[in-house]
Amino acid sequence: MKLRWFKVVVFPACLVPLGYLGWKAYSGNLGANPIEAITHSTGDWTLVFLLATLAITPLRKLTGQHWLIRFRRMLGLFAFFYGLLHFLTYIWLDKFFDLHEMLADVAKRRFITAGLTGFVLLIPLAITSTSGWIRRLGGRRWNLLHRLIYFSAMAGVIHYLWLVKADLRKPLEYAFVLALLLGYRLVVWLAPKVGRSVSIPSGRVEVSEG
Amino acid sequence: MLIKKAADILSSEITPKSLYMNRRAFLAGTAIAGAAAVAGVGVREVASPSEVVQANAKIDGIKKSSFSTTEKITPYKDVTSYNNYYEFSTDKEGPAELAKDFKTRPWTVTIDGLVKKKQVLDVDAILKMAAPEERIYRHRCVEGWSIVVPWVGFSLSELIKRAEPLPKAKFVEFTTLNDPKQMPGLRVPVLEWPYVEGLRMDEAMHPLALLCFGMYGEVLPNQDGAPLRIVLPWKYGFKSAKAIVRIRFTEDQPINTWNKAAPSEYGFYSNVNPNVDHPRWSQAKERRLGEFLKRPTLMFNGYDQVASLYSGMDLKKYF
Repeated sequence: MKLRWFKVVVFPACLVPLGYLGWKAYSGNLGANPIEAITHSTGDWTLVFLLATLAITPLRKLTGQHWLIRFRRMLGLFAFFYGLLHFLTYIWLDKFFDLHEMLADVAKRRFITAGLTGFVLLIPLAITSTSGWIRRLGGRRWNLLHRLIYFSAMAGVIHYLWLVKADLRKPLEYAFVLALLLGYRLVVWLAPKVGRSVSIPSGRVEVSEG
Repeated sequence: MLIKKAADILSSEITPKSLYMNRRAFLAGTAIAGAAAVAGVGVREVASPSEVVQANAKIDGIKKSSFSTTEKITPYKDVTSYNNYYEFSTDKEGPAELAKDFKTRPWTVTIDGLVKKKQVLDVDAILKMAAPEERIYRHRCVEGWSIVVPWVGFSLSELIKRAEPLPKAKFVEFTTLNDPKQMPGLRVPVLEWPYVEGLRMDEAMHPLALLCFGMYGEVLPNQDGAPLRIVLPWKYGFKSAKAIVRIRFTEDQPINTWNKAAPSEYGFYSNVNPNVDHPRWSQAKERRLGEFLKRPTLMFNGYDQVASLYSGMDLKKYF
């Protein structure tokens, strides 16, 4: 069906940032500090994919386009993929596998601690992203576990906020979008408790909410 | 892992300056002695045309300096396309383009504060105060990257002597131009503008402290601080103020812009010091642009001759 073809388009599209980076590296266009450029690019795309993943549910509920849910896993896995590249850039190109230095970083540099937290939280989500794992865990528990993405995204944005020197504009843009996406969920969650019959789309208990 | 000591630099690593000058200048035959060694090294740099050549007027009569390092000079293209110059942009690639039409003439520098000769000097008068020297300095950014640049200028002390500071003057304050029309970064309050930097008088009088108006044998490109900047090779890069319009002599320690923005992260002194980390990242190593592995950062960026300026001072406290 059409959706499958659409997936065939979206998947390579998600690889475009990596391809572009690879092409720039190959052609010597990463600028004066290529390793920094790679670090920044992979970090940026991790956040973009995290936010895109988190945008699926609100978009779907607000527009009624329920087929969007079919793309959530793919986007989430791409967030993990770019996060992994970002992490590898750090341990290889930045620290050259110097374990001692990395441990010192994690302990002393709060932006590193935040970044590592964000990445580590994504690991169980990537592992349990298969249909088999959804079945094994059961929808309820699986949903609960996958709420970790909220904390991962928060850690990621905090990581960015804590590392910049003075110009907070870019990390604040991410923070703003994340606040909207999480704020939506908070409203959905709070609204029934407040006891008002706000016209929020139903479906709070369905497996796919997130 | 591979740790390369800065001291043992192979002579084969030293690439003639000519190779790093932009292609046009190179082809025009302005390449100086050493071009004989064109043995294929740095061919890529020569072959790729520099996109940001604008200030390529040659400076005549440049003398060599014994303060120069023999380390490999960073390609001109990198030094002119990777700039921390927040008055134009907080992106490093931004200043090259945004500073293209920056007007560096007419330009005056106000000398005031605790000096006998308070005056407004034309920049061209300042340039004539002493013979230009080439000073090939290591330049270490507080962010953890470094470059080697053949600056052109003369000791800052030449200007200070002529201003005749009063005995009460203990510090020198440098102010960067604050013109939001020309410098779009100033329209954004990421820092408190104008940019202010400062030195203790003995630091400013140290012969290494350079009043700079050129690099790579040419007039300073706009994105590198034209028309007049200072270069303090033993301090983190942000201490080396660019596009200076005012030099003021004071009794009290000036409050430099980065110190004001984050007092716990950027001190007044900001000497390069591998033993004192930035609160958010280590300063033990640096990435020399163009190198794959990081190299250890040296105390005072390797300029040990300034150590006596700080004898008896707790450099952890006065970071």
